[in-house]
Amino acid sequence: MILRLAFASLIARALTVGMTILAIALSVALFLGVEKIRTGAKASFADTISGTDLIVGARSGSVQLLLYSVFRIGNATNNLTWETYQDIASHPDVDWIVPISLGDSHRQFRVMGTTPTFFERYKYRSGKSLVVNDGAIIDDLFDAVIGADVAATLGYSVSDPIVVAHGLASFTEHDDQPFRVSGILEKTGTPVDRTVIIGMRAIEAIHVDWQVQGQSTPADALRQMELEPQAVTAALVGVKGRLKVFGLQRFINEYTQEPLLAILPGVALQELWQIVSIAETALVGVSAMVVITALIGMMATIFSSLNERRREMAIFRAMGARPRVIVGLLVLEAIVMATLGALVGLELLYIGLTIGQPLIDSAFGLWLPIEPPTLREVWVLLVVILAGAIVSMVPALRAYRMSLADGMTVRI
Amino acid sequence: MPDTAKTLQLENVAYSWPGRASFDLQVADLTLASSETVLLLGESGSGKSTLLSLICGTIIAGSGRVSVAGTDIAALSAGQRDRFRAEQIGLIFQQFNLLPFASVQDNILLPLRFAPERRKRLSDPNAEAARLCHDLGLPDGVMSSKAGNLSVGQQQRVAAARALIGMPPLIIADEPTSSLDAATQATFLELLFAQSYAHGTTLLMVSHDARLSSQFDRVINMTDIAQTKRDAL
Repeated sequence: MILRLAFASLIARALTVGMTILAIALSVALFLGVEKIRTGAKASFADTISGTDLIVGARSGSVQLLLYSVFRIGNATNNLTWETYQDIASHPDVDWIVPISLGDSHRQFRVMGTTPTFFERYKYRSGKSLVVNDGAIIDDLFDAVIGADVAATLGYSVSDPIVVAHGLASFTEHDDQPFRVSGILEKTGTPVDRTVIIGMRAIEAIHVDWQVQGQSTPADALRQMELEPQAVTAALVGVKGRLKVFGLQRFINEYTQEPLLAILPGVALQELWQIVSIAETALVGVSAMVVITALIGMMATIFSSLNERRREMAIFRAMGARPRVIVGLLVLEAIVMATLGALVGLELLYIGLTIGQPLIDSAFGLWLPIEPPTLREVWVLLVVILAGAIVSMVPALRAYRMSLADGMTVRI
Repeated sequence: MPDTAKTLQLENVAYSWPGRASFDLQVADLTLASSETVLLLGESGSGKSTLLSLICGTIIAGSGRVSVAGTDIAALSAGQRDRFRAEQIGLIFQQFNLLPFASVQDNILLPLRFAPERRKRLSDPNAEAARLCHDLGLPDGVMSSKAGNLSVGQQQRVAAARALIGMPPLIIADEPTSSLDAATQATFLELLFAQSYAHGTTLLMVSHDARLSSQFDRVINMTDIAQTKRDAL
């Protein structure tokens, strides 16, 4: 009966209680949303590359090399020569090597030159391979395979023409050598989705006439040409055995012909996390403060209701309720509000995720999975409920003192 | 051995409210016999509320003895006093007497939640609550109504049913008719007396309205039994 009366009392104050629950719900949704984005971004980054032992590029920073070679963020300061690439490829510890050539673009999407080996060796999300959803991988010199986002955003389908632009924000297009979409990749949730992939020879082909004003070599002539690359932006390397990774890394880093950098993707990712961890902590801190503010708001609501509820408490006391029953009622009330707030917040989060998932994916390339609450999220909800119970002790103890002082003499 | 013939007995009781605006109350002797109906008359500030708090055990006398149904209240712990109050005393206040958000039934049954012995006296508390409502002239189907939706007169009858349920030996009514019009007042008192007599309950009603005197077995003036002293601020 006491529980029923406590709920009836809450329902009688539905508006203020509802607003308090909404405030807690919004703060919980915000906190969990930030958590989802934080862990989603981390997972998305960590899942982008898998099974690659080393990434090799011109000497710069390890995070910079990781960002431009894998995430297509920023640019390389220099390339490595094709001779150097061949030298590394012939190293006895190298199992496989895939060149990456960046620098051109199509509309807002990066164009990446590589070899067919890329489709075989590039792995993401713990070893998943790229799958061609429609069409086939590169066969002809002017074939292009496009990521799922490129196809969706630009409305491309197999056999559609593609003209590659020189540079990243250039109005100069290689329109004399148009490409053809040969295949569209399945969605991966990685930067590959936003990449146009062409062959290494094709990169050379579109630049054959680049330096010569007015020259336009026919496509068929280009197909017959020996188009050996001059340089590559970076290379993904697989090593024969884990123990040989560090030896090969040292060999590359100490390479005398040109300054190189070989990085372990996992280690570079850790460095990246360290850089962003301050902002990450600040973000979590701000959202935690929002939750604390909402709980303090709940405490203020209970406080402000105490005076108008003195009669209610006096009736309970007159009927024989001990002061601890009064305390218990107020703490229970806070637990109910915090629990409802936490559950509504969770619901809001899932509604937000359902609506925002495709938008966030297309805008930021960040895939936020809609999954049952994690153990950490359950703990967050329990902590919110517990914190609600703790902050309610302040008004509850005040009510305790008031009920002792008032006895049965409150007159309103 | 407890003197159960005396439902209420105060002997040489003295109490001082702590704080700056201190107020002292002394009661030399006040005794109410079983089944007796007593009207306690007193003006505002005469110490009526302090006296009721002493009888209910929410405050404890500095000296003297307050016994309800033969039990010295001061001898009980705070928790025991709360339970004792629930078991032995039915209370009716002036207005705002009920939990307005709760049903009539929950309001009437509330004291039984804290008084297991009082509950044991009833084989079917819900049926007893319904019977009291009927006997007090409340309409059929009122049990499920929200208390806050009833008229003031109906609310006071529900408060009377709440005080009477489980037949506590003592009912204290603190100016229960002050917010009722004359006709409703008369009906309410008539029903309250009928139920008190039927249950053999002692009734102590506090009022400042001397016109009610003729309806009680005995009338006591606060000025005759109590001395008060209020310190200047």
